[in-house]
Amino acid sequence: MATVSLQGLKKSFGKTDVIHDVEIDIADGEFIVIVGPSGCGKSTLLRMVAGLETVSAGEVRIGDRQVNDVEPMDRDIAMVFQNYALYPHMSVFDNMAYGLKIAKVPRSEIEARVAVAAKLLQLEPYLQRRPRELSGGQRQRVAMGRAIVRKPAVFLFDEPLSNLDAKLRVQMRLEIKQLQRDLGVTSLYVTHDQVEAMTLADRMIVMNGGVADQIGAPLEVYANPATAFVAGFIGSPPTNFLDASTFAPGAPQGAQLGIRPEHVVLSGDGTGHRAKVLYAEPLGAESLIYARLESGDNITIRQDGALPTPAEGETVSVAWDKDEEMQFAKDGRRI
Amino acid sequence: MAERHGMVERRGVGLWLTHLGLIVGVAFIFFPIWLAFVASTVSQPEIVSPPMPLWPGDQFVENYSKALVSGVNAPVARMLLNSAIMAFGISLGKIAISLLSAFAIVYFRFPGRRLFFWLIFLTLMLPVEVRIVPTYEVAANFGMLNSYSGLIFPLIASATATFLFRQFFMTVPDELAEAARVDGARPMQFFIDILLPMSRTNIAALFVILFIYGWNQYLWPLLITTDPEMNTIVMGIKQMFPSGDDIADWPVIMATSILAMIPPVVVVIGMQKLFIRGLVDSEK
Repeated sequence: MATVSLQGLKKSFGKTDVIHDVEIDIADGEFIVIVGPSGCGKSTLLRMVAGLETVSAGEVRIGDRQVNDVEPMDRDIAMVFQNYALYPHMSVFDNMAYGLKIAKVPRSEIEARVAVAAKLLQLEPYLQRRPRELSGGQRQRVAMGRAIVRKPAVFLFDEPLSNLDAKLRVQMRLEIKQLQRDLGVTSLYVTHDQVEAMTLADRMIVMNGGVADQIGAPLEVYANPATAFVAGFIGSPPTNFLDASTFAPGAPQGAQLGIRPEHVVLSGDGTGHRAKVLYAEPLGAESLIYARLESGDNITIRQDGALPTPAEGETVSVAWDKDEEMQFAKDGRRI
Repeated sequence: MAERHGMVERRGVGLWLTHLGLIVGVAFIFFPIWLAFVASTVSQPEIVSPPMPLWPGDQFVENYSKALVSGVNAPVARMLLNSAIMAFGISLGKIAISLLSAFAIVYFRFPGRRLFFWLIFLTLMLPVEVRIVPTYEVAANFGMLNSYSGLIFPLIASATATFLFRQFFMTVPDELAEAARVDGARPMQFFIDILLPMSRTNIAALFVILFIYGWNQYLWPLLITTDPEMNTIVMGIKQMFPSGDDIADWPVIMATSILAMIPPVVVVIGMQKLFIRGLVDSEK
């Protein structure tokens, strides 16, 4: 168990900078999710903490130790890979025990630790099987078991659920959360799935083009996005972006107005902005209505499923509370 | 239904014709071997008096024991041993060297990595026959004439096998190497604990091919061994042929030929099981 601290972390491949100046202090036992679209540098950031990528500038500290030049095995970390990376010719037991065998842990202790992990992950019946004889979810558990038995100070997860089907993903997400809470191990978790990020994280790092756009608790990030990118990336359906010059007179040149779909309502009394309904998606508990404003901007409205849904092509008027508006400057920063 | 129809048809004349064709083919190919076997079981006068016998005689034990114990120039048992040492040395050596060089090329970034890769590639264009004179010179200067090291070392590097393992290693996901690194495996531990067991199917297949390659070497042993005690069996058969007015001891020569054929067949059949088991076990 340890704190992790990244100070002015940078990474460049040749002349291309892929990570710009990431800074965060992670508390002991905290669950941090690094989220962002493909190619934003989130995996690279994790691999720098793991020691699988070199650090171009800045500092990685685990506990009170600077580990920039420390080999992965000596960093007291364990990593769960996207494709599980199980050793195909070894049994589940051997897969979990391999790291301990190398560390010359006594056989009896290895057996005890694997037994505990197997029990925790419900892998006991499968210990003698090979990875290929397991289902995706079971393989995922073995990969986590391999991390757990080492009793590391930090868990690193690199998109561990992206190879699972949707239902299993939800289940494993809960299990990971539960496990992390029970073990109290500091964790870094990379994902491109914002739902995973919102549900798992104590705090999340939203990455955009190698920059940590915002670091904060999920709800705080949702309610108060620091940039237009964060507002657009976190939340589904994404935030509506409108031309600020039309809807918020007095805003700076080139600014955008952001408004979350759930804050837009159909005003039955005809006040507000006129819009033409393009199509509607009733989802049961809620309905999504896609419409085009007279200004030409598209807008998404999210309303309770019990409310009447307008027909396609119908002209409606939409409104929102001024307090819910978010203004973003031309460079994307929140005003 | 179409498939079933086809099977019904094959039960008729087609099936018989197919088998007839196969049997004729086998008989055609097997006939010389059969003749050699027959010749190895009869006496010298029986061979030289036409017509040649087509059924085995009663000299089997005499001819084979004579071949194995005394031979013509050297006992065949000794030549079999020489061939076995050479074939095992070449195949195991080639596998070890190519595994290690492929490991280096795929998993390590060192200066001149590409250069070395292409140098290995270039050697593909230089088979033994092309470089035989300089190689002989080098082997002779090292004092390796009439020695096992002279038989083995000049043939021990294999670009083909290096390529095969390189291609295989490149299909192994990088994450596996990274997982091993996080688990604390040093490079050689990763090689021995993970990469070698995963390559065992390839190793088995390659061993079969290389063993036969080593066993069938003719030109190089002919050049490097002058002492009959160091002859390998494939070239040794040629050495048994008489020069000048000597009489060829055909039964012993034929017995030697049959003996020379057995080990490769044993290796193919023996490794086939392991090879197929490896295929069935293959996991990724």
